[in-house]
Amino acid sequence: MGIGIRIEHLRKVYDTPPPSAAGGRGFSFGPTRSGGRKEKKKIEVLAVDDVSLEIPAGEIFGLLGPNGAGKSTTIGILTTRTEPTGGRAFIGEFDVWKQQVKAKRLIGVVPQRPNLDFALTTREVLLFHGAYFGQSARERVRRADEQLEKFKLTDRADQMVRELSGGLMQRLSIARAMMHDPEVLFLDEPSAGLDPQTRLMLWDIIRGYGNLGKTIVLTTHYMDEADTLCQRLAIIDHGKIIAEGTPQALKSSIPGGYLLRLRFDRATEELLAELRGLPGVTEVKSADPTAADVYADRGGPLIGPIVNAAQAAGIEVRDVHIQEPSLENLFLHHTGRSLRE
Amino acid sequence: MNWKTFYALLARDGHVARRSLAMVLVQNLLQPLLFTFVFGRVLTSGGMMQGSFKSVLLPGVIAISMVIAGIQAVAMPLITEFQFSREIEDRLLAPIENGWIAVEKLVAGMIQALMAGLVVIPAAWLTMGSGTNISFARPFAFVAFCLLVALFASAGGLTLGCSVGATQIGLMFSIILTPMLMFGCVYYPWSFLKAFPGLQYAVLLNPVVYASEGLRGVLVPSVPHIAGWITATVLALADVGLVALGIRKFNKKAVS
Repeated sequence: MGIGIRIEHLRKVYDTPPPSAAGGRGFSFGPTRSGGRKEKKKIEVLAVDDVSLEIPAGEIFGLLGPNGAGKSTTIGILTTRTEPTGGRAFIGEFDVWKQQVKAKRLIGVVPQRPNLDFALTTREVLLFHGAYFGQSARERVRRADEQLEKFKLTDRADQMVRELSGGLMQRLSIARAMMHDPEVLFLDEPSAGLDPQTRLMLWDIIRGYGNLGKTIVLTTHYMDEADTLCQRLAIIDHGKIIAEGTPQALKSSIPGGYLLRLRFDRATEELLAELRGLPGVTEVKSADPTAADVYADRGGPLIGPIVNAAQAAGIEVRDVHIQEPSLENLFLHHTGRSLRE
Repeated sequence: MNWKTFYALLARDGHVARRSLAMVLVQNLLQPLLFTFVFGRVLTSGGMMQGSFKSVLLPGVIAISMVIAGIQAVAMPLITEFQFSREIEDRLLAPIENGWIAVEKLVAGMIQALMAGLVVIPAAWLTMGSGTNISFARPFAFVAFCLLVALFASAGGLTLGCSVGATQIGLMFSIILTPMLMFGCVYYPWSFLKAFPGLQYAVLLNPVVYASEGLRGVLVPSVPHIAGWITATVLALADVGLVALGIRKFNKKAVS
């Protein structure tokens, strides 16, 4: 039986710099202490703002958003690494803040930046990870070999981790997270820095793991990744969820999400006017005398009417290309900003 | 409490320490060896120091070697592992309370401190040659003091490791460790400071004083020293305080 995730009104306010900006704090010789009565400048960053979510067991769920949107903080709270300021989060029946050890047993985590143990070799990283989770010596040797094989790391097994390239480290991070066969797998930007081939391999592995009935939560700002992997998505920006649903449902929620790029032998004004009048069409643009871009809430169903309209005007249709609504467009629609910003 | 995980964490630290055994040995041994050689051998054979200085020196060198080894063994890895790479996170995600990970660090640090103290004894003996008269007449008191000093070292290391940033390591050595060493009654008994009354009482704030004086009281009881019950009590209090502070700091640092 799988394990689901529940988040209720989660809030996180950082009053110290968030982890990514963390430097050597705590033992400050800087001017902040010598300022006498002057009050220390307080930094407050609202990272997660009243987020509620329910992820059923066995689902591959994606958190999509630009950098600094609150994805990693949400993952941080769910993985016991960050203390929530308000609200609660549950892995299965366990409150992740109050029952940390029970929650930790159920989860595997792939962090955004590899945090591998640099004092160990590739194989030892896996072996010790297995040992931390109470696997017997025989079991962890067997599992480690399997993981090395699966992630094509066997020939690097006895190399020190600090000598691995970024891509290999990322693979090892994922192998380590799966080493103890967790019920819930968190992947924070899993394919950042991976070459396309490894990315495809990773997608296969994630799908395969999902097929075992495991719950998977991944953050990404790659549209195609969210689109192909995730059964459901939440789009997050400025710490708030701004849209949630299946990739398909989300995409069709944008009015005029489809783009039909048409080519004719000639595109007359009469024809363009005709196209504007077709059902579901929101906008028609024509940049050159033989082409028209039709924005509409549907794709295929419009082809018939378009061809009919052209024939009636004695115009020949040369090419039709339907561009499906993309999550990129969706993000733009909801936030007015591009994801890559 | 999850003993399997605790043992695995300890095994990991042991494994890493074994891998760099040569380096750890050099790190822990070189300074006391050179010191005992120069002060205990060169200066005494040249007649600048009395031969009995050797016996005063050895307990102090054992104490400071343990203190430095323990602090380094715990603080240095913590400082780097809590930094940018956050290497420690794989252990923070192990199914055990974060506080126990700090306790594991304490145990690992104590083991290294004890080993450092124990290897110094024969090594210093060898470099100083004959004339070193230390007594093992009170083995239980000796073991008790070694444990108290080792815990002080690793708890101090835990506290420092969770408060010092990577850029401040040099500063940590020059403003914390060096004064602790020079004013720790390592190379002279506390009673020698009576010519500097202000200083004599100021150094009492330094726990290393109780470590060296305590070991001196056990190993060379003929040299004047602070009473054993005082040194043991102060060390025990320092241990309790630093353990509590270190674990608190660790827990705070472990989550964001």
